[in-house]
Amino acid sequence: MTQDEHKEGFKGMANPSRYGIERVAYWLMRLSGLGLLAYFIGHIYETSNILRGRVGWNEFLELTQTTEGHIVLAIVIAMCVFHTVNGIRVMLGHGGVGVGKPARPDYPYDPASQNYRHKIGIYSAIILAAIAMMYGLAVMFGE
Amino acid sequence: MAQVSSIADDQSSKSITLRIARYNPEKDSERQFMEFTVPYEKWTTVLEAILDVKKHFDHSVAVRYSCRQATCGSCGMIINGKPRLACFTKISELDSNIVTVEPMNNFPIIRDLAVKFERLFDTHHKIKPYLDRDDTELESDAKEFLQSPEELEQYIQFANCIKCGLCNSACPTMATDSSFVGPQALAQAYRYVADSRDKGKDSRLKIIDDSHGIWRCHFAGSCSQVCPKGVDPAMGIQLLRGYMLGFRS
Amino acid sequence: MRESTIMKIHYGTALAAVALVAVHILMRMTMNFADSLEYETVLANYKFIPYAIMLELILVLLSIHGFNGLRVILLELKQGRMYEKAVSYGCLAAMFGLIAYGSRTIIMTNMGMV
Repeated sequence: MTQDEHKEGFKGMANPSRYGIERVAYWLMRLSGLGLLAYFIGHIYETSNILRGRVGWNEFLELTQTTEGHIVLAIVIAMCVFHTVNGIRVMLGHGGVGVGKPARPDYPYDPASQNYRHKIGIYSAIILAAIAMMYGLAVMFGE
Repeated sequence: MAQVSSIADDQSSKSITLRIARYNPEKDSERQFMEFTVPYEKWTTVLEAILDVKKHFDHSVAVRYSCRQATCGSCGMIINGKPRLACFTKISELDSNIVTVEPMNNFPIIRDLAVKFERLFDTHHKIKPYLDRDDTELESDAKEFLQSPEELEQYIQFANCIKCGLCNSACPTMATDSSFVGPQALAQAYRYVADSRDKGKDSRLKIIDDSHGIWRCHFAGSCSQVCPKGVDPAMGIQLLRGYMLGFRS
Repeated sequence: MRESTIMKIHYGTALAAVALVAVHILMRMTMNFADSLEYETVLANYKFIPYAIMLELILVLLSIHGFNGLRVILLELKQGRMYEKAVSYGCLAAMFGLIAYGSRTIIMTNMGMV
């Protein structure tokens, strides 16, 4: 805790437990974004092995085509699907689409922006990510 | 950790343990919690419990409050882990035998539960929280600015802001970004941009189009979930961003 | 550049990348997963000019989107004039570096310099 500013800090930002599914989606979006960037950099390096010819390519392929490699790829598929679906939801929200209309608030003041449309979007992103991961695992381990 | 018990006057009332964060930045190296056993009724608010502690056990507990009816926005604090107004939170609604009160996050602590509001007021002032137009009512032949009920609906929700700072305390960007404008100021920027009497839209959008401006909001919505007045800052911010992305004109 | 322009680019690159990555993944699924990673198959993909152009576009779009996303996260974590400049220019340099490295693979393979 920084006592001067009393900022909640990284722990507060990363804690997804207190403010509902929207905050979980915020956290997953960041995590999946960073994960995908790391994978993308790795993928660019991985594919550059083609310049080493057939031997070099096959050598590197042997390193990645393992059980661990397949599990990592399945997680990447899940991150990719979640980041895409949730990203489209967030982008629409950023444009003011589906966030409700301004109106005189009534007690108990349920926020219109945290509506079922966005909640369905978040749950859909999570479910689709899980399905895509399962499919990826089935393809990779089914061979 | 200090512990104090009360003698409940009324044997029929229930009691809770009130844990109050104690910290004086000028003297203490770290925060400590003091525990008090406080009687409460169905209608007792957290603020009343804190004032009970001040009256009977320790008058040095620092807390800011004024109206006691969720109008002044003074008594914002973290109650059982979430930012809430102490005067607007009944102990019976918390469903817990232990009520922990801490100063709001993302605000410098003055002492105990009282925090500094300078940054909130600075950012609020930065977005020009007033009608911005060249002609004014000071002109000799001027009339009042007329507005239809539909035009009023566009912003009246956001005019309910009491500047309590709960939204800024809950915001995940505010948790780490010292330069972020914050949901309170951004929602107020929308309040004035959406006001049909205002002509300062372009200058306001320019102010918030900064590397620590509106684009650092990621629509996590925590601000709207804690707002005690139904302002829904997340909605205001997204509608405001709609102007910048060309979704609104 | 204004932050709104940067973020419009961020959204634009995201949408374009989603479409192109979908094509890239679908191309992998036109055959058996293991076969799609065979040396000859991958080489043929790189030598097919429209596919190579698509790979180059994906490389550019994802590099811009990814490193701007990283810049946003890093700017929110810590503040300060020097730090923010370092983050912005660092991310820009990393972006260009990755595009250059990936382009080298695409161009050299496409031109048969393997």
